[in-house]
Amino acid sequence: MAIMTIREALNQAMAEEMRRDTSIFLMGEEVAEYDGAYKVTKGLLKEFGPERVIDSPISEGGFAGLAVGAAMAGLRPIIEMMTWNFGIQAFDQIINHAAKMLYMSGGQFPIPAVFRGPNGAAHMLSSQHSQAYEAMLTNVPGLKVVSPGTPYDCKGLLKASIRDNNPVIFLESEMMYGFKGEVPDEEYLIPIGKGDIKRAGSDITLIAWNKRLQDALKTADILEKEGISVEVIDPRTLLPLDEELIFASVSKTHRVVIYEEAYGFASVGAQISDRIQKECFDQLDAPVTRVTQEFCHVPYNEHLESLILPDISRCVAAVKEVMYL
Amino acid sequence: MAQVLTMPKLSDTMEEGGVAQWLKEDGEKIKAGESLVEIETDKATMEYPSPETGYILKKLVNPGTAVAIGAPLLILGSSKDESFDLDELLKKFAQSLSAPSHSSEASRDQKPAPAALDLTQSAPASSSREPQTLVYGGTAPEDSGRIKASPLAKKLAKEQGVTLSQLKGSGPGGRIIAKDISNASSGHSGAPSPRRAIVLGQNKEVPLSLMRKTIAKRLTSAKNDAPHFYLKRTIDMTAALVLKEEISKSLGQKISINDLIIYATSRALLQHPRVNASWADNKIIEWGDVHIAIAVALEAGLVTPVIRHTDQLGLAAIAQESRQLAMSAKNEKLKNEDYQGGTFTISNLGMLGIEEFTAIINPPQAAILAVGTIRKEAVFDAQGSLKACDRMTIVMSCDHRVVDGAVGAEFLKTLVSYLEKPYLMLA
Repeated sequence: MAIMTIREALNQAMAEEMRRDTSIFLMGEEVAEYDGAYKVTKGLLKEFGPERVIDSPISEGGFAGLAVGAAMAGLRPIIEMMTWNFGIQAFDQIINHAAKMLYMSGGQFPIPAVFRGPNGAAHMLSSQHSQAYEAMLTNVPGLKVVSPGTPYDCKGLLKASIRDNNPVIFLESEMMYGFKGEVPDEEYLIPIGKGDIKRAGSDITLIAWNKRLQDALKTADILEKEGISVEVIDPRTLLPLDEELIFASVSKTHRVVIYEEAYGFASVGAQISDRIQKECFDQLDAPVTRVTQEFCHVPYNEHLESLILPDISRCVAAVKEVMYL
Repeated sequence: MAQVLTMPKLSDTMEEGGVAQWLKEDGEKIKAGESLVEIETDKATMEYPSPETGYILKKLVNPGTAVAIGAPLLILGSSKDESFDLDELLKKFAQSLSAPSHSSEASRDQKPAPAALDLTQSAPASSSREPQTLVYGGTAPEDSGRIKASPLAKKLAKEQGVTLSQLKGSGPGGRIIAKDISNASSGHSGAPSPRRAIVLGQNKEVPLSLMRKTIAKRLTSAKNDAPHFYLKRTIDMTAALVLKEEISKSLGQKISINDLIIYATSRALLQHPRVNASWADNKIIEWGDVHIAIAVALEAGLVTPVIRHTDQLGLAAIAQESRQLAMSAKNEKLKNEDYQGGTFTISNLGMLGIEEFTAIINPPQAAILAVGTIRKEAVFDAQGSLKACDRMTIVMSCDHRVVDGAVGAEFLKTLVSYLEKPYLMLA
């Protein structure tokens, strides 16, 4: 088994799928000549040529629309958003066209497209470049929303997303591209909609995804030294959500903290919390508690930024609160 | 620091408690959970464990005296020789009770208006500097009256038979959490709790069969519409038993006591047509024929198939028909007409050992006879000496709109005479 970065795992996933299926093409800003803004598409132009790896103009609405049309014509586009902060330019194409085309065409036109790119805050990029969009994207029927947090999950889920016949939103993170982990040499897929127990525990369930997953695992390490056994659940896919896995864990631990990057109001964590209170009401020994970003714009200033974003210390404090400690 | 312990509420209906006996002496150390005092409630006398660890500084209630729930019971201190001003302590205690924010046992029922919703109340000056920044940071209004427990704790309490009101919650704001329940049911709690966890059974919901619905509807209306009264006789069955044996032998066919009762009843009904009758709103119908319905118990309920013209049938025929109907009933082979036209019903629980019972009239009939078991009893005979006797009790339920007491009694007199002296049926 090889150790590789998330950047390499995503690159492998696309390269393997493009070798397997010639209808797949990749498009985005600087994905070809520059090897991608974050080098995720490194070497793909060289291997697959300029017909399948295409540098787009700075026009997300345009090339996302092109992807929808290409998908209707039988191709399988992968669209890289340099970040999802720019991807919001393409929301009309994604929400009004990609998500609804199958329905509006009476089932004639599936849109097997993947829209991928980093989501959430990186570091000192201020309010317009630090946003987490999963709540908006999961609020659209017709989309699938995937947000993995390890090289293994990124590769297996990106391959599954490329093969899916529905539009899939694939949320990454600039901060995660260099994160390393084991990836099997042989080919594998991870089904969309299946979560994973990243660390088994018995006292409390901590739910986190994407780059917050690593914080959650560190939180569990810190609390283990204090005798608290934290179970870390990674949904991996946010839509459809693996509720069964979450409910089973809550029914075991009876306490939950949801740790997410986004604003707390009407967030994915709020949705998970609602589902837990409804389905696991009698299992709860403490209120479901969430650690989220403060509800204000992310400042450029490093110290202020660190106060706005959720972090490990707030996560540890939330777990202790829920443990009544 | 010295603190006041109060009379606890140990049952839902308790309003005051009496000190039966103190279990600790003045100056003695007591641990939380250790028995402190025996308290007499409206239900029972129980040991009350100390909710706190400390030293007993002063008992405020003498044994044999009752005080209201929440009234001072004891002064508990943190050291043996702690000095305290009793008057000052009690004054402070009284003040704490009248303070609006304080939630004590005594004020629990008063349910003060939630502070968060009280718009007329001005905020205290000290908290005015708290910034109100959160956009979605609302908090639920305080409700000091209710017992706070987590959903899991409530579920566990129900399963283990633990009474939440007797527990002190260890969660925030006194919330009872799962740990408090497991402590209570294993006996580690600071408050009294059941000695042993009770395993609760599962309720089973049985859907209603058509038969069950019919039984419910008919019997409810029978009991509501027909004013029932009951007449009881105990019968010497010695002669009837002999007769039964003899006839069974000579016919080569088993005759039961019930067959004999059907036979005798039919003939008695001929003598008393008012009992073989029905209420028909604007008139009473005295039926020209005697058709006896017999109650047959089935797994799914109860049916009353009818043997027709029993006044004209011999014992052998009655025996045969009743067996056949009972068999058909058990095999669910009864036809609609088998149920119809009964003029009088006999229900016999004697085979199940019932000595006597009262039955609900089978409408539109005017009476039903409930037959008990035959048992040996010591009876004084005419000469005043004891003899063993086979006796059976029958109770007739009558619809008073049709049958008056004397009419029913006359009928029973005839029936009893037929069963005690079967030869009279030949007359």
